[in-house]
Amino acid sequence: MSGAKRPTGAELDYDVVIIGSGAGGGTVAYRLGPSIASGARVLVVEQGPRLDDHEFTGDELDMAPALYRDAGGFLTRQGTMSLALGQVYGGSTVVYTGTSLIAPERVIRDWDVPGLDHADLAARSRRYMEQNGVHLLPPEEINDNNSLFVQGCREAGYEVEQFPVNVRGCRGSSLCNLGCPNQAKQGTNRVQLPSAERHGVEVVTRAEALRLEDHAVVVRVHERPEGGKGRPSEWAPGEYTVRARMVVVAGGSIGSTALLLRSGMGRKLPRLGRNFTAHPAFILVAEHEREITNDVGHPKSFYVDRAAEDGWLLETCMYFPFVTAKNMAGFGREHSMLMRAFPRLQMILVLAADKAEPQNRITVDRRGQPVVHYDFTFPVVAAMVGATRAAARIFFAAGARGVHAPPADPPLIERSEAHRLERRIDARHFQPGRISVSAAHLMGGCAMGRDHRDSVTDAFGRVHRYPWVRVADSALFPDSVEINPYLTVMGLADRVADDVLEVLGAPSDVRCPPVIHGETR
Amino acid sequence: MATFPLEPVHDTFRAIATTVVPEAVALDRAGWERLEEIIAEALASRPERIHRQLRLFVRIVDWRARWRHRERFVDLDPLQRTRELERIERSRWLLLRRGLWGLRTLIFMGYYAQPAIQREIGYRARPEGWDAVRGAGR
Ligand SMILES: Cc1cc2nc3c(=O)[nH]c(=O)nc-3n(C[C@H](O)[C@H](O)[C@H](O)COP(=O)(O)OP(=O)(O)OC[C@H]3O[C@@H](n4cnc5c(N)ncnc54)[C@H](O)[C@@H]3O)c2cc1C
Ligand code: SF4
Repeated sequence: MSGAKRPTGAELDYDVVIIGSGAGGGTVAYRLGPSIASGARVLVVEQGPRLDDHEFTGDELDMAPALYRDAGGFLTRQGTMSLALGQVYGGSTVVYTGTSLIAPERVIRDWDVPGLDHADLAARSRRYMEQNGVHLLPPEEINDNNSLFVQGCREAGYEVEQFPVNVRGCRGSSLCNLGCPNQAKQGTNRVQLPSAERHGVEVVTRAEALRLEDHAVVVRVHERPEGGKGRPSEWAPGEYTVRARMVVVAGGSIGSTALLLRSGMGRKLPRLGRNFTAHPAFILVAEHEREITNDVGHPKSFYVDRAAEDGWLLETCMYFPFVTAKNMAGFGREHSMLMRAFPRLQMILVLAADKAEPQNRITVDRRGQPVVHYDFTFPVVAAMVGATRAAARIFFAAGARGVHAPPADPPLIERSEAHRLERRIDARHFQPGRISVSAAHLMGGCAMGRDHRDSVTDAFGRVHRYPWVRVADSALFPDSVEINPYLTVMGLADRVADDVLEVLGAPSDVRCPPVIHGETR
Repeated sequence: MATFPLEPVHDTFRAIATTVVPEAVALDRAGWERLEEIIAEALASRPERIHRQLRLFVRIVDWRARWRHRERFVDLDPLQRTRELERIERSRWLLLRRGLWGLRTLIFMGYYAQPAIQREIGYRARPEGWDAVRGAGR
């Protein structure tokens, strides 16, 4: 294979191996970059491919299999919720929308993790906001889909806020969840990983961490599939045992938990796989009389946060035809008619701020593949129903003539029925398997806490009973964060990096958090 | 090209597909081939167990039609077909609901992920974003 090397012997000895290159792994790689100058060897092992800029076409069929695990259709064991996980150089930050919020103080307080302080986490998140160029979009870049949401919220009496987003040179193609074709979104693939690589951190893509052994990672490097997107791996295909003083696991909530489980660490860590939450979500669609700008412009600019009071969030959103069709309830003539009204559709995403529950957890099957168990609890159903009613009010207040609400039967609610939303939208119609629920905020599995009896790691991601292993990603969340999570992941990973640098004995100028000045490639 | 796992239940599959997306009746031969190719590619990386379950589900749809109407699903009129699938969609058995959800998802993928269909329904997103719209005077 052209250019691919087959490292052997001492070449496979590293100080730190980071598994995963998303929000968590990319952050740790970035922070460890400067330590290379003082002799540290750092490797990032990423299961997904590295794509070239021109490969981001925005085409639904083309991009979903290249960027997502199972093309975005990874199902829970119950088969009633699909989970979206990025699997590519940059992880889910390649497919996220880039809305950038700091975790609420009350949530971090309720997590009750000894040694984790909201002020510290917020300060770290703020540094990455600055580095990622987070700002509010100016009014002329807001499309009708978003401004109708604002108008509807104001008229219906909901407090609406604008999302800060991490874009530079956004052209408003609305294709964020298929990977930005304009390289505007500042994910770790654009900012932190290129910086780390410039410092000499090695990144090997198409490289799957199969299991951890004592101070080592067993890695399988995969061939580039014929016709697939992305470059071949930097290493020749095959299996490698990579030795490391320290392993930082950042494969995402599901990837990290599954890796530790298939490495047999569950025997000493009874909480491994627990505390899984996901912000279950569905899309509501409303039809207007006139065409609106919906599939042009940044898709997600405003939200309503009722997590503290009512357990839900509403966000603007805009999806692609297949994802939209799949997420609407039902089929047949009514469904088709709405799809054919695409230029007149307004969309809102409903999310539940779910709580960690004993039955919702991650396990692995006989082959070591992750299995996610998720039941919709009564509070989650109640929150989603309440949020759906609120969204329907907002749509009608914005002038929609009909609203398609999954927990209504039939799902299409005409304007003339707007006065009876409480009856039309009801928990009895929240029938798993009939309505499409999906989740993109996957959290927990290796929760932080006090000791191995209540958690998997401490507040710096140090895995209890395995002093050479750290976790540095969304798996650390002991409960849902009740807001878009990526900045919290980066803040937590930044803390893990501090600790790793200290163990490495890095010079103090390397250990100090860097001053960040909007670095990008 | 990946083989279409629903080939053995092909005619029932198409009858279900045109019930799920009524406009699919207007697809020409190339359109159907593309729809089935998209589904085949999506299923190619899935275990054979999933392929078997899908075939079984399509057969169940047919058996239910024979049991209720003494006719094959393909021989029912469009309204009867819709009613049959609606019953499954609201069934008290999660496995049945999930089966229809899975098949319906594949049909939507095969149909709505086609660029020609996306244009037909008025989906206009492109990388140039606002520039394309303002340039076109939309
Ligand atoms: C469609 C979508 C939209 C989103 N929008 C937003 C948003 O607007 N704002 C926000 O705050 N959050 C958003 N999120 C959530 C956010 O992206 C995630 O919370 C965040 O990226 C999680 O970071 P992570 O490091 O835990 O995992 P990820 O970013 O998912 O990275 C994990 C990486 O590890 C790799 N990996 C896993 N297992 C292995 C293994 N065994 N070997 C090697 N590599 C492995 C994976 O391939 C992946 O690249 C969105 C997510 C999605 C999917
Ligand atoms: S809306 Fe902006 S950030 Fe999103 S894909 Fe388009 S150009 Fe990129």
